[in-house]
Amino acid sequence: MARYVVKRFLLMIPTLIGVAVLIFLLLRVIPGDVVEVRFVAQGQFTSQDVLQIERAKLGLDQPLWKQFVTWMVGLLRFDFGVSMWTGAPITEEIKLRFALSLQLSLMATAVATLLAIPLGVVAALKQDTWVDYVVRVFSIAGLAMPSFWLGILMILGFLIVFRWLPPMVYTPFWVDPWQNLAQLVWPALAVGWRYSAVATRMTRSAMLEVLREDYIRTARAKGLWLKLILVRHALKNALLPVMTVIGLEFAFLLGGLVVTEQVFNLNGLGLLFVEAIAHRDYTLTQALVLLVAFVFILVNFLTDVAYAWVDPRIRLR
Amino acid sequence: MAVGDPTVAVLEQAPARRGRRWLAAVGEFCRERPLGAVGGALIVVMVLVAVLAGWLAPYDPLATDYGAMFSPPGARHWLGTDAFGRDGLSRIVYGSRTALFVGLGASFIGGTLGLVLGVASAYFGGRTDLLLERVMDVLLAFPLIILALAVVVILGTGAVNVMLAIAIPMLPRCARVVRSSALAIRELPYVDAARAAGFGHARIIFRHMLPNVMAPYLIMLTAFLGQAILLEASLSFLGLGVQEPVAAWGLMLRGAAVEFAETAPWMGLFPGLAISLAVFAFNLFGDSLRDALDPRLRIQ
Repeated sequence: MARYVVKRFLLMIPTLIGVAVLIFLLLRVIPGDVVEVRFVAQGQFTSQDVLQIERAKLGLDQPLWKQFVTWMVGLLRFDFGVSMWTGAPITEEIKLRFALSLQLSLMATAVATLLAIPLGVVAALKQDTWVDYVVRVFSIAGLAMPSFWLGILMILGFLIVFRWLPPMVYTPFWVDPWQNLAQLVWPALAVGWRYSAVATRMTRSAMLEVLREDYIRTARAKGLWLKLILVRHALKNALLPVMTVIGLEFAFLLGGLVVTEQVFNLNGLGLLFVEAIAHRDYTLTQALVLLVAFVFILVNFLTDVAYAWVDPRIRLR
Repeated sequence: MAVGDPTVAVLEQAPARRGRRWLAAVGEFCRERPLGAVGGALIVVMVLVAVLAGWLAPYDPLATDYGAMFSPPGARHWLGTDAFGRDGLSRIVYGSRTALFVGLGASFIGGTLGLVLGVASAYFGGRTDLLLERVMDVLLAFPLIILALAVVVILGTGAVNVMLAIAIPMLPRCARVVRSSALAIRELPYVDAARAAGFGHARIIFRHMLPNVMAPYLIMLTAFLGQAILLEASLSFLGLGVQEPVAAWGLMLRGAAVEFAETAPWMGLFPGLAISLAVFAFNLFGDSLRDALDPRLRIQ
C-alpha cells in the first residue's frame, strides 16, 4: 500500500509541471502583454523605449526559459511573486477571493450531496417507474439550465414576489454570518442543483449495479431488515464512485464559477481569473491556474488512494 | 444478367430490410425509454427549426425597429423585442442555428480527435500510452471554462473559434473513456490475428478497433453536445463567444437583458428557456442512449 501511495504521489509531479508549462506558454501566445494593456488603458502614446524599460522592470525582457526557471524556483520556496498588474503580492490578491470561492464551493457541494444521494438511491430502487423518471427529469433539468440564467430568474423572483433582494456586497462569514449566508445561499443552491445531476446519475447506476450482487441476495435471504441492507450493504459499496464524482466536481467549482460569480456579483476566483487574463497579468494567471489544477490533482490522488485502500486489486497493477 | 437471378433479388431486398431493422430498433428504444424518445423528439424539432429558420421566423433577426424597442410579448411580437427593437422570436429561431453549429462542430471535433488519440494510446501501449495519458491529465486538470476562455483569448471570438475553444477541453474526456474500452479490445484474438496477417498499424486502428469503440464514442458525443451548447452560451454571455449582431442565445442574455430584467423580463426569460430546452433534450437523449448501449444497466 505504501509503495502504491508513493508511486501515485510522484505521478502528480509531472502533471503539475505539465500544467505549469502549458499555462506559461499559453499566456505568451496571447497577443499583447501587461505593459501594452496598461498604457492603452491610460490612453497615452508612448515610445517603444519606455515600453521596453517597463518590460525590463517586470523581467519580461529575459529569455523565456529564464522566466520559467525564475517562476519555478520561486514556487519551490512557496513564493508566488507579485501581480504584474497591481504589484501586490499574489497571496494577498488571492486570499480573500479564495475564502469566498472555497465557501461557495463547499456550500454548493453540500447542496449537491444532499440532493444526489437520496434521489439516486430512490431512483435506483424504483428503476423505470414514474419515480425514477421524475428524479431523472429533475436532475437533467438542473444540468440543462445555465446557472447564470437560473441566477437571473432567482433574483427576479425575489424582486417580484417578495420585493426583496439578497445582499449584493460580500461580507466575510466571521464578520456577519447572517449577511454572509443570505448572499451565498442562492448561488450555492443554483450551482448545487446543477452539480447534483452527475452525482445523482452516478448514485443511481452504482446502486443498480450493487443491488444485483450476490451478497445482497444473501442478506435478503437471511431475512435482514431491508433498510439495514440498503444502508449497510448496498449504499456503503455504491458510495465510492459517488464520492469520486463529488470530489472532482468540488475541485472544478473552486475556479470554474466564472459565470455564476458574474450574475451574483461575487468577487471570487473565477472573476479574478477573467480580470487577470484580460490584463495579461502573467504571474497572477499562472498562480491561479496552478492553484486550481493542484486542488484537482490532489482530489484525484486522494480518491485513487481511497480506491486502492478499499480494493486491494488496484494496488498490484 | 438474367431477370430472376437470385443474387440480384437478394441485393435489392437488402436495403429495405436494413431500413426495417433500423425502424424496429428506433421503435424499441422509444417503447423502453420514453424519456429518451421525448429528448429525441425535441432534438428533431430543434433541427427542423434551425433548417427552416428562414420560413419560420416572422422577422429578419437582425432588423432593428426603433419604434418598437422593449415591446412586451403581444400579437405583433410574440416574444417581445429587445433594446434595438429586434424581434425576440426571430432571434431565438435563428439562434438555434448558432447553437447547433457550434454544438455539433465542437463535440464532433473534440470527440473524434479524442477517439483517435484514445484508441492509438491503448493500441500502442507502453511509452506512447504513458506520454499521451500524462498530456490528457494536464488538459483535464485545467477547469473546462478556463481552458475555453484562454483559447478564445488566443484565437479571438467568433463562432468557429468558439467551436475550437470548446472542442479542446472535450478532447481528453473522450480520449479517457475510449481508451479504457479500447484496452479491452486490444486483447481480443481478432486484433492479434490482424497483426499476424501483417496489417499496418493504421489499418488495424481504423478498420478493426475504431468500429468496436463506437458505442462509448457515440455516448460521449451526445453528452458533449448539450455541454457544448451550454458552454457556447456561457462564453457568449461573458462577451467572449459569438459576437453581435449574430443571433445567439447566450448573447441575448447579455447586457440589456440583465439591466432591464425587472421592467422587460421577457428579454432574459425566453432565450434562457431555449438554451435549457435544447440542453435538456440532448442530455435526456444521451442519458437514455447510454442506458440502452451499456449492457450492465439493461433492464433485467
